[in-house]
Amino acid sequence: MRSEDDAGRVPAEAGEVRREARAWIKEHLDPAMRLADWLEVLADSGWAAPSWPRRWHGKGLPPALAAAAQEELAAAGAPGPPAGLGIMLAGPTIIDHGTEEQKRRFLRPLLTGEHAWCQLFSEPGAGSDLASLATRARRDGEEFIVDGQKVWTSLAQVADYGMLLARTDPSAPKHHGISYFALGMGQPGVEVRPLRQMTGDSLFNEVFLSGARVAAGDLIGELNGGWAVARTTLAHERTSLGARVGGRRPFPSPAGSRLAGQREVTVAEFMARCRQRSPGRTSNADTSMVAAGAGPLIRLAADLGRDADPLVRQELARLHTICQINAWNGLRGRAAAEAGGPPGPEASLGKLMASQIARLWRETATLVCGPAAMLAGPDGPLDGQVALQALAAPGPAIYGGSDQIQRNVIGERVLGLPKEPDPSVGLPWRQLRAGPAGRGPAGGGREGGRS
Amino acid sequence: MTTFVFTAEQQELRQTLRKFLADHSPPAQVRRLMETEEGYDPAVWSLMADQLGLLGLTVPEEHGGLGCGPVEQVVVCEEMGRALLCAPYFATAVLATGALLASGDGRAQAELLPPIAAGSMIATLAVAEQDGAWSARGLRTRAIASPGGGHRLSGAKSYVIDGAIADLILVAAQADGGPSLFAVRAGAPGLTRRPLRTLDLTRKQAAVEFDEVPAALIGTEGAGEEIVSRTVRLAAVALAAEQVGGAQRCLDMSVEYARLRVQFGRPIGSFQAIKHTCADMLVDVESARSAAYYAAWAAAQDAPDLPLVASMAKAFCSEAYFRVAAENIQVHGGIGFTWEHDAHLYYRRAKSTEVMLGAPAEHREVAAGYLLGRAGQPPGRPGAPGGPGAPGMPARPS
Repeated sequence: MRSEDDAGRVPAEAGEVRREARAWIKEHLDPAMRLADWLEVLADSGWAAPSWPRRWHGKGLPPALAAAAQEELAAAGAPGPPAGLGIMLAGPTIIDHGTEEQKRRFLRPLLTGEHAWCQLFSEPGAGSDLASLATRARRDGEEFIVDGQKVWTSLAQVADYGMLLARTDPSAPKHHGISYFALGMGQPGVEVRPLRQMTGDSLFNEVFLSGARVAAGDLIGELNGGWAVARTTLAHERTSLGARVGGRRPFPSPAGSRLAGQREVTVAEFMARCRQRSPGRTSNADTSMVAAGAGPLIRLAADLGRDADPLVRQELARLHTICQINAWNGLRGRAAAEAGGPPGPEASLGKLMASQIARLWRETATLVCGPAAMLAGPDGPLDGQVALQALAAPGPAIYGGSDQIQRNVIGERVLGLPKEPDPSVGLPWRQLRAGPAGRGPAGGGREGGRS
Repeated sequence: MTTFVFTAEQQELRQTLRKFLADHSPPAQVRRLMETEEGYDPAVWSLMADQLGLLGLTVPEEHGGLGCGPVEQVVVCEEMGRALLCAPYFATAVLATGALLASGDGRAQAELLPPIAAGSMIATLAVAEQDGAWSARGLRTRAIASPGGGHRLSGAKSYVIDGAIADLILVAAQADGGPSLFAVRAGAPGLTRRPLRTLDLTRKQAAVEFDEVPAALIGTEGAGEEIVSRTVRLAAVALAAEQVGGAQRCLDMSVEYARLRVQFGRPIGSFQAIKHTCADMLVDVESARSAAYYAAWAAAQDAPDLPLVASMAKAFCSEAYFRVAAENIQVHGGIGFTWEHDAHLYYRRAKSTEVMLGAPAEHREVAAGYLLGRAGQPPGRPGAPGGPGAPGMPARPS
């Protein structure tokens, strides 16, 4: 993500970066200031996204040093930049593929929390085979008109913009007829319907696009060149999701569109609210629970008097080991980056490890709890978290690219194994066979279908 | 000394050794040596001492060594595990040298470390008895003080690595003052050695019997438990690194074969069944590497959590190596099941090192002791290597 203006820069020492970040926070963080004002100061300082180019609100630091700087932010008790997909995915993608004008328009608002983003990629008929997507965008003067359906869209209810993949040339092979847009979500042609997950939560949505409009100026990258742009987004998604379970503590960050009504809150009030939030008060699976590794289950085993059982001890030690090793894989990758070397294969493992840890956490929790693992909510162990984590565990192996797709990526890009032949690659998209999820009434083929 | 960052010298050590092993321990040489009773090539052993100084890697400079530490030891063992080197390196330079260093006995060090570093003395450490535990607690081998000075050992040791060819055997035995360490020379009266048939053909073991064998005390009487637990802890880290090297070689073999072998008109590596197996092998190999390296730096820094992370590393690397070695055979199909293919040599080493110095379950119980405080009912006799109650036990993590 480093641009040309940083190319010649020798990576600074991590200690130096930490000192610089600490000094800046000490000088600028005022607990009495409005959260919204703090986020603007933070965005303009470069510390909100230190890995971004200096020209675009960053510090031009390699990811390892940027992470070190952000740890200083967390250590100082400062609210971080807004959580969500803006900084994680949209920003890096626009920096790599956007025009100067787009960078000016989109980057700062996503750092200050003015714009929240969602990702309009997956469709009912295009999951792992994302490039087969069927949502159409047709040119209409200075605009494109978008029709289709997206699915598994987290945060669509609160997003101002969606990273949209749509088909702009159905006669081209599937990878070559896709374009990437920044779609405004607040318009009549965009309908968001929540989907209920197996946990009972509604964290993601279906998005129906019927005559939605997007300006031609909001095309990111080349017309029909959207696949290359999407690959940038996907690469950032893989590394971010892998880094999430690694023992690194996320700092409190405001979330949601326009900070979800938190603009008038002061920094001190915001941080106090974050500290109060206890797992028991939410019905959602607390993601910090699994991220904390074996610790909560070790304490639970002691509370339940299960810590002398040799089987329980074996599995707790096994869980602790795999969680620590995942963190060490991350540290080793960062150490290599800080030393100026290329990222090693250890950087690709995090996402697979995260889904393995979620499953192992579930199994270990069941073993520790015994019959109590049948109970949920306030009757269940850890205030219902054991039940919720059991239900949430299949998620990480699916979202952001399934374990099977991750293994393809590792096999092909890290180990250099040959790709699976895909007979559809060279054919015009409109001749491809649609799967059972159906892309219209055309049955086996797409000719004459909804496209 | 930054964790996970090898210095230029350490990287050079790895490259030099990799080249050396490619020249002097190619698969044909491994196969030749594994069929011999001695299991090593004296000429290569001399080169390791003279040309590379390897046999004195962790020996202090004043005793003729290189004065290196656990990180260099991990680099060396990883490369040797990759090449499946047939030589008494682990017995001599890891176990025996480690025990002499841990003993703090200056006189014994001055007498024994220089010939070890020079390559003129093969040495080993004999701790395990019939029950196979690498702990100095509950030893049945006895040391009786002789009226004329010195001690005499009686009893039996097993699983003694390279015990049949060692010039020097350091023996853990029960003395009046508690478990203690003794030096026994090859050829001492009353010493009987019997080579054992081993699963791993590339590393020999022996059963050793002592019938009033004259022996010299190393360190003080009663210091044996601490010496053995420190030595075994560092050796477990070195062995974990050896496992990483072997596992990496297995992965490399599988990937190479999966690219070349064609079935159904395409390389088998293009099938997800094979590709995903290889991806899982990579996850195992890289995770094992992170664990072994982390433990190496913990050892180099003498970190308080070393006993915990050493056991975590040994448990994980053992299971990862065996999984990868077994999958390597599966990826190769029939050819991988033949005597002529090297896959079984790694499979044998993997299974053998899995239980050497404590099986994964024993090391997980050691880790659980640190994580959960109160000990349960550990398998085997109490006081497994570095177990709960060992000095330097870290506080329970919150």
